[in-house]
Amino acid sequence: MASKTANRTPPRSRREPAGRPPGRDKYSVLLPTYNERENLPLIVWLLVKSFSESGIDYEIIIIDDGSPDGTREVAEQLENIYGSDKILLRPREKKLGLGTAYIHGMKHATGNYIIIMDADLSHHPKFIPEFIRKQKEGNFDIVSGTRYKGNGGVYGWDLKRKLIRLYRKEVLQKLIEKCVSKGYVFQMEMIVRARQLHYTIGEVPITFVDRVYGESKLGGNEIVSFLKGLLTLFATT
Amino acid sequence: MEPGRARRRATMTKLAQWLWALALLGSAWAALTLGALDLPSSCREVLWPLPAYLLVSAGCYALATVGYRVATFHDCEDAARELQSQIQEARADLSRRGMRF
Repeated sequence: MASKTANRTPPRSRREPAGRPPGRDKYSVLLPTYNERENLPLIVWLLVKSFSESGIDYEIIIIDDGSPDGTREVAEQLENIYGSDKILLRPREKKLGLGTAYIHGMKHATGNYIIIMDADLSHHPKFIPEFIRKQKEGNFDIVSGTRYKGNGGVYGWDLKRKLIRLYRKEVLQKLIEKCVSKGYVFQMEMIVRARQLHYTIGEVPITFVDRVYGESKLGGNEIVSFLKGLLTLFATT
Repeated sequence: MEPGRARRRATMTKLAQWLWALALLGSAWAALTLGALDLPSSCREVLWPLPAYLLVSAGCYALATVGYRVATFHDCEDAARELQSQIQEARADLSRRGMRF
Protein backbone atom coordinates (compact mmCIF):
# COMPACT_ATOMS: atom_id res chain seq x y z
CA MET A 1 0.00 0.00 0.00
CA ALA A 2 2.89 2.41 0.63
CA SER A 3 3.95 2.30 -3.02
CA LYS A 4 0.45 3.24 -4.15
CA THR A 5 0.18 6.43 -2.14
CA ALA A 6 3.73 7.63 -2.75
CA ASN A 7 3.00 8.62 -6.38
CA ARG A 8 0.96 11.64 -7.34
CA THR A 9 -1.67 9.83 -9.40
CA PRO A 10 -2.53 6.17 -9.09
CA PRO A 11 -3.04 4.76 -12.59
CA ARG A 12 -6.56 3.60 -13.26
CA SER A 13 -5.78 -0.07 -13.51
CA ARG A 14 -4.49 -0.20 -9.96
CA ARG A 15 -7.70 0.83 -8.24
CA GLU A 16 -8.29 -2.37 -6.36
CA PRO A 17 -9.22 -2.54 -2.70
CA ALA A 18 -5.97 -2.89 -0.86
CA GLY A 19 -5.27 -5.36 1.88
CA ARG A 20 -8.36 -7.56 1.64
CA PRO A 21 -9.01 -10.72 -0.37
CA PRO A 22 -10.93 -9.95 -3.57
CA GLY A 23 -14.71 -10.07 -3.22
CA ARG A 24 -14.50 -9.58 0.54
CA ASP A 25 -15.14 -5.87 0.91
CA LYS A 26 -15.79 -4.46 4.34
CA TYR A 27 -17.26 -1.05 5.03
CA SER A 28 -16.29 0.90 8.14
CA VAL A 29 -18.72 3.63 9.16
CA LEU A 30 -17.14 6.44 11.14
CA LEU A 31 -19.61 8.16 13.46
CA PRO A 32 -18.16 11.08 15.38
CA THR A 33 -20.67 11.99 18.06
CA TYR A 34 -21.22 14.81 20.47
CA ASN A 35 -24.43 14.84 22.50
CA GLU A 36 -26.28 12.40 20.29
CA ARG A 37 -27.88 10.33 23.01
CA GLU A 38 -31.29 10.35 21.32
CA ASN A 39 -30.15 9.82 17.76
CA LEU A 40 -27.34 7.31 18.21
CA PRO A 41 -29.47 4.19 18.85
CA LEU A 42 -31.65 5.06 15.90
CA ILE A 43 -28.84 5.67 13.45
CA VAL A 44 -27.11 2.47 14.52
CA TRP A 45 -30.34 0.47 14.19
CA LEU A 46 -30.89 1.87 10.69
CA LEU A 47 -27.28 1.14 9.70
CA VAL A 48 -27.48 -2.43 10.97
CA LYS A 49 -30.77 -2.89 9.13
CA SER A 50 -29.44 -1.54 5.81
CA PHE A 51 -26.23 -3.55 5.92
CA SER A 52 -27.84 -6.79 7.09
CA GLU A 53 -30.61 -6.61 4.52
CA SER A 54 -28.03 -6.18 1.77
CA GLY A 55 -25.62 -8.78 3.10
CA ILE A 56 -22.78 -6.28 3.35
CA ASP A 57 -19.89 -6.77 5.75
CA TYR A 58 -19.58 -3.73 8.02
CA GLU A 59 -18.45 -2.22 11.27
CA ILE A 60 -19.56 0.96 12.99
CA ILE A 61 -16.93 3.00 14.80
CA ILE A 62 -18.36 5.46 17.31
CA ILE A 63 -15.99 8.27 18.23
CA ASP A 64 -17.55 10.11 21.10
CA ASP A 65 -15.81 13.25 22.31
CA GLY A 66 -16.73 13.08 25.96
CA SER A 67 -20.42 13.92 25.55
CA PRO A 68 -21.94 15.09 28.82
CA ASP A 69 -25.41 13.76 27.95
CA GLY A 70 -24.65 10.06 28.30
CA THR A 71 -24.00 9.25 24.64
CA ARG A 72 -21.21 6.95 25.69
CA GLU A 73 -23.49 4.84 27.91
CA VAL A 74 -25.92 4.48 25.04
CA ALA A 75 -23.04 3.44 22.77
CA GLU A 76 -22.02 0.79 25.31
CA GLN A 77 -25.53 -0.65 25.32
CA LEU A 78 -25.45 -0.82 21.54
CA GLU A 79 -22.13 -2.63 21.72
CA ASN A 80 -23.72 -5.21 24.02
CA ILE A 81 -26.69 -5.67 21.74
CA TYR A 82 -24.88 -5.95 18.42
CA GLY A 83 -21.46 -7.20 19.43
CA SER A 84 -18.10 -5.54 19.74
CA ASP A 85 -17.04 -6.83 16.33
CA LYS A 86 -19.77 -4.68 14.74
CA ILE A 87 -19.91 -1.73 17.12
CA LEU A 88 -16.50 -0.34 18.00
CA LEU A 89 -16.30 2.26 20.70
CA ARG A 90 -13.28 4.50 20.36
CA PRO A 91 -14.10 7.53 22.50
CA ARG A 92 -11.99 10.56 23.33
CA GLU A 93 -11.80 12.70 26.43
CA LYS A 94 -13.09 15.95 24.99
CA LYS A 95 -14.11 17.75 21.81
CA LEU A 96 -11.09 17.57 19.57
CA GLY A 97 -12.58 18.29 16.17
CA LEU A 98 -13.93 16.46 13.18
CA GLY A 99 -10.69 15.93 11.28
CA THR A 100 -8.91 14.31 14.20
CA ALA A 101 -12.03 12.23 14.90
CA TYR A 102 -11.76 10.74 11.42
CA ILE A 103 -8.04 10.10 11.80
CA HIS A 104 -8.65 8.46 15.16
CA GLY A 105 -11.50 6.37 13.78
CA MET A 106 -9.53 5.27 10.73
CA LYS A 107 -6.73 3.94 12.89
CA HIS A 108 -9.19 1.34 14.20
CA ALA A 109 -10.99 0.65 10.96
CA THR A 110 -10.56 -2.84 9.51
CA GLY A 111 -12.62 -2.19 6.42
CA ASN A 112 -11.21 -1.28 3.01
CA TYR A 113 -13.87 1.38 2.49
CA ILE A 114 -14.78 4.16 4.88
CA ILE A 115 -18.18 5.82 5.15
CA ILE A 116 -18.41 9.18 6.83
CA MET A 117 -21.76 10.50 7.94
CA ASP A 118 -23.43 12.52 10.66
CA ALA A 119 -24.99 10.75 13.60
CA ASP A 120 -28.05 12.97 13.68
CA LEU A 121 -30.43 11.17 11.30
CA SER A 122 -30.10 13.86 8.64
CA HIS A 123 -28.91 11.17 6.25
CA HIS A 124 -30.69 7.87 6.08
CA PRO A 125 -28.48 4.76 5.97
CA LYS A 126 -30.80 3.24 3.39
CA PHE A 127 -28.73 5.10 0.79
CA ILE A 128 -25.53 3.32 1.70
CA PRO A 129 -26.14 0.23 -0.46
CA GLU A 130 -26.71 2.67 -3.34
CA PHE A 131 -23.41 4.35 -2.60
CA ILE A 132 -21.73 0.97 -2.66
CA ARG A 133 -23.42 0.02 -5.91
CA LYS A 134 -22.43 3.36 -7.49
CA GLN A 135 -18.84 2.97 -6.36
CA LYS A 136 -18.58 -0.46 -7.95
CA GLU A 137 -20.34 0.69 -11.10
CA GLY A 138 -17.86 3.48 -11.82
CA ASN A 139 -14.89 2.21 -9.83
CA PHE A 140 -14.92 5.55 -8.04
CA ASP A 141 -12.49 6.60 -5.36
CA ILE A 142 -15.14 8.70 -3.62
CA VAL A 143 -18.93 8.69 -3.72
CA SER A 144 -20.76 11.68 -2.33
CA GLY A 145 -24.42 12.22 -1.57
CA THR A 146 -26.13 15.14 -3.28
CA ARG A 147 -29.42 16.82 -2.46
CA TYR A 148 -29.47 18.70 -5.73
CA LYS A 149 -29.74 16.08 -8.41
CA GLY A 150 -32.03 13.26 -9.37
CA ASN A 151 -34.43 12.33 -6.60
CA GLY A 152 -32.44 14.25 -4.06
CA GLY A 153 -34.12 16.82 -1.90
CA VAL A 154 -34.76 18.06 1.57
CA TYR A 155 -37.41 18.13 4.19
CA GLY A 156 -36.88 21.10 6.44
CA TRP A 157 -34.55 23.99 5.80
CA ASP A 158 -31.36 23.29 7.67
CA LEU A 159 -28.72 24.79 5.43
CA LYS A 160 -25.82 23.24 7.28
CA ARG A 161 -23.49 21.35 5.08
CA LYS A 162 -24.19 17.81 6.13
CA LEU A 163 -22.14 15.33 4.21
CA ILE A 164 -22.32 11.66 3.63
CA ARG A 165 -19.48 10.09 1.66
CA LEU A 166 -17.94 6.78 0.87
CA TYR A 167 -14.15 6.69 0.43
CA ARG A 168 -11.61 4.04 -0.40
CA LYS A 169 -9.64 3.80 2.80
CA GLU A 170 -6.29 4.71 1.26
CA VAL A 171 -7.84 7.69 -0.55
CA LEU A 172 -9.26 9.11 2.68
CA GLN A 173 -5.95 8.64 4.44
CA LYS A 174 -4.15 10.51 1.70
CA LEU A 175 -6.67 13.36 1.65
CA ILE A 176 -6.72 13.88 5.40
CA GLU A 177 -2.98 14.15 5.34
CA LYS A 178 -3.19 16.97 2.77
CA CYS A 179 -6.02 19.02 4.21
CA VAL A 180 -5.35 21.96 6.46
CA SER A 181 -8.74 23.54 7.22
CA LYS A 182 -10.90 22.96 10.24
CA GLY A 183 -14.53 22.03 10.75
CA TYR A 184 -16.88 21.93 7.80
CA VAL A 185 -14.50 23.77 5.47
CA PHE A 186 -12.24 20.75 5.83
CA GLN A 187 -14.88 18.57 4.19
CA MET A 188 -15.09 20.98 1.26
CA GLU A 189 -11.33 21.06 1.05
CA MET A 190 -11.20 17.27 0.81
CA ILE A 191 -13.13 17.34 -2.44
CA VAL A 192 -10.94 20.13 -3.84
CA ARG A 193 -7.81 18.16 -3.00
CA ALA A 194 -9.37 14.99 -4.36
CA ARG A 195 -9.90 16.68 -7.72
CA GLN A 196 -6.34 17.99 -7.72
CA LEU A 197 -5.09 14.48 -7.14
CA HIS A 198 -7.34 13.26 -9.96
CA TYR A 199 -9.40 10.93 -7.81
CA THR A 200 -12.72 9.95 -9.34
CA ILE A 201 -15.88 11.11 -7.62
CA GLY A 202 -19.37 9.74 -8.08
CA GLU A 203 -22.66 11.15 -6.83
CA VAL A 204 -25.81 9.56 -5.47
CA PRO A 205 -29.01 11.58 -4.95
CA ILE A 206 -30.08 11.50 -1.33
CA THR A 207 -32.90 12.96 0.70
CA PHE A 208 -32.09 14.97 3.74
CA VAL A 209 -34.52 15.18 6.62
CA ASP A 210 -33.93 17.95 9.08
CA ARG A 211 -32.85 16.79 12.50
CA VAL A 212 -35.56 14.98 14.36
CA TYR A 213 -34.23 15.46 17.88
CA GLY A 214 -32.35 18.52 19.00
CA GLU A 215 -32.47 22.09 17.86
CA SER A 216 -32.27 23.20 14.29
CA LYS A 217 -30.02 26.20 13.95
CA LEU A 218 -30.84 28.08 10.78
CA GLY A 219 -29.11 31.40 10.54
CA GLY A 220 -27.17 33.88 8.49
CA ASN A 221 -24.18 32.69 10.47
CA GLU A 222 -24.05 29.46 8.48
CA ILE A 223 -24.15 31.32 5.18
CA VAL A 224 -21.38 33.69 6.25
CA SER A 225 -19.11 30.93 7.44
CA PHE A 226 -19.78 28.93 4.28
CA LEU A 227 -18.76 31.90 2.12
CA LYS A 228 -15.70 32.51 4.26
CA GLY A 229 -14.75 28.88 3.88
CA LEU A 230 -15.23 29.05 0.12
CA LEU A 231 -13.05 32.15 -0.18
CA THR A 232 -10.38 30.56 1.97
CA LEU A 233 -10.29 27.51 -0.27
CA PHE A 234 -10.22 29.76 -3.34
CA ALA A 235 -7.19 31.58 -2.04
CA THR A 236 -5.29 28.62 -0.73
CA THR A 237 -5.79 25.73 -3.15
CA MET B 1 11.46 7.99 1.66
CA GLU B 2 8.74 10.26 0.40
CA PRO B 3 9.25 10.54 -3.35
CA GLY B 4 5.85 12.20 -3.68
CA ARG B 5 6.94 15.21 -1.67
CA ALA B 6 10.27 15.64 -3.45
CA ARG B 7 8.67 15.55 -6.91
CA ARG B 8 5.61 17.73 -6.24
CA ARG B 9 5.53 20.87 -8.35
CA ALA B 10 3.88 24.00 -6.99
CA THR B 11 0.47 24.58 -8.56
CA MET B 12 -1.04 28.05 -8.69
CA THR B 13 -3.89 28.68 -6.32
CA LYS B 14 -7.25 29.37 -7.92
CA LEU B 15 -6.97 32.98 -6.78
CA ALA B 16 -3.60 33.34 -8.46
CA GLN B 17 -4.98 31.81 -11.67
CA TRP B 18 -7.88 34.24 -11.73
CA LEU B 19 -5.66 37.26 -11.05
CA TRP B 20 -3.33 36.15 -13.82
CA ALA B 21 -6.21 35.72 -16.28
CA LEU B 22 -7.74 39.06 -15.28
CA ALA B 23 -4.40 40.82 -15.68
CA LEU B 24 -3.99 39.32 -19.15
CA LEU B 25 -7.51 40.12 -20.35
CA GLY B 26 -7.50 43.48 -18.60
CA SER B 27 -4.31 44.63 -20.26
CA ALA B 28 -5.53 43.40 -23.65
CA TRP B 29 -8.78 45.38 -23.20
CA ALA B 30 -6.93 48.49 -22.04
CA ALA B 31 -4.49 48.29 -24.94
CA LEU B 32 -7.23 47.88 -27.53
CA THR B 33 -9.49 50.62 -26.17
CA LEU B 34 -6.56 53.01 -26.01
CA GLY B 35 -5.75 52.39 -29.65
CA ALA B 36 -2.98 49.81 -29.77
CA LEU B 37 -4.29 48.15 -32.95
CA ASP B 38 -6.16 51.06 -34.56
CA LEU B 39 -9.55 49.38 -34.53
CA PRO B 40 -12.56 51.08 -36.21
CA SER B 41 -14.50 53.27 -33.77
CA SER B 42 -17.58 51.02 -33.87
CA CYS B 43 -15.47 48.18 -32.46
CA ARG B 44 -14.07 50.43 -29.79
CA GLU B 45 -17.54 51.62 -28.80
CA VAL B 46 -18.51 48.04 -28.04
CA LEU B 47 -15.24 47.04 -26.45
CA TRP B 48 -15.06 49.93 -23.99
CA PRO B 49 -18.10 49.06 -21.82
CA LEU B 50 -17.66 45.30 -22.32
CA PRO B 51 -16.22 44.50 -18.87
CA ALA B 52 -19.11 46.27 -17.16
CA TYR B 53 -21.66 44.45 -19.32
CA LEU B 54 -20.02 41.11 -18.60
CA LEU B 55 -20.00 41.78 -14.88
CA VAL B 56 -23.67 42.68 -14.79
CA SER B 57 -24.59 39.67 -16.93
CA ALA B 58 -22.61 37.36 -14.68
CA GLY B 59 -24.43 38.78 -11.66
CA CYS B 60 -27.83 38.30 -13.28
CA TYR B 61 -26.98 34.77 -14.30
CA ALA B 62 -25.88 33.93 -10.76
CA LEU B 63 -29.06 35.33 -9.23
CA ALA B 64 -31.25 33.58 -11.77
CA THR B 65 -29.54 30.24 -11.14
CA VAL B 66 -29.87 30.54 -7.38
CA GLY B 67 -33.51 31.54 -7.71
CA TYR B 68 -34.30 28.67 -10.03
CA ARG B 69 -32.54 26.12 -7.85
CA VAL B 70 -34.30 27.32 -4.71
CA ALA B 71 -37.67 27.25 -6.44
CA THR B 72 -37.21 23.74 -7.83
CA PHE B 73 -35.65 22.18 -4.76
CA HIS B 74 -37.35 18.85 -4.05
CA ASP B 75 -39.37 18.72 -0.90
CA CYS B 76 -39.50 15.20 0.47
CA GLU B 77 -42.40 14.64 2.76
CA ASP B 78 -42.31 10.91 2.09
CA ALA B 79 -38.80 10.64 3.44
CA ALA B 80 -39.80 12.46 6.61
CA ARG B 81 -42.80 10.19 7.13
CA GLU B 82 -40.80 7.05 6.48
CA LEU B 83 -38.18 8.15 8.96
CA GLN B 84 -40.79 8.74 11.65
CA SER B 85 -42.26 5.28 11.28
CA GLN B 86 -38.82 3.68 11.30
CA ILE B 87 -37.96 5.53 14.48
CA GLN B 88 -40.95 3.87 16.15
CA GLU B 89 -39.88 0.49 14.84
CA ALA B 90 -36.31 1.04 15.99
CA ARG B 91 -37.29 2.01 19.52
CA ALA B 92 -39.53 -1.02 19.86
CA ASP B 93 -36.91 -3.41 18.54
CA LEU B 94 -34.11 -1.97 20.65
CA SER B 95 -36.23 -2.04 23.82
CA ARG B 96 -36.91 -5.70 23.19
CA ARG B 97 -33.19 -6.31 22.92
CA GLY B 98 -32.49 -4.63 26.22
CA MET B 99 -31.82 -1.00 25.41
CA ARG B 100 -32.79 1.37 28.20
CA PHE B 101 -33.52 4.75 26.66
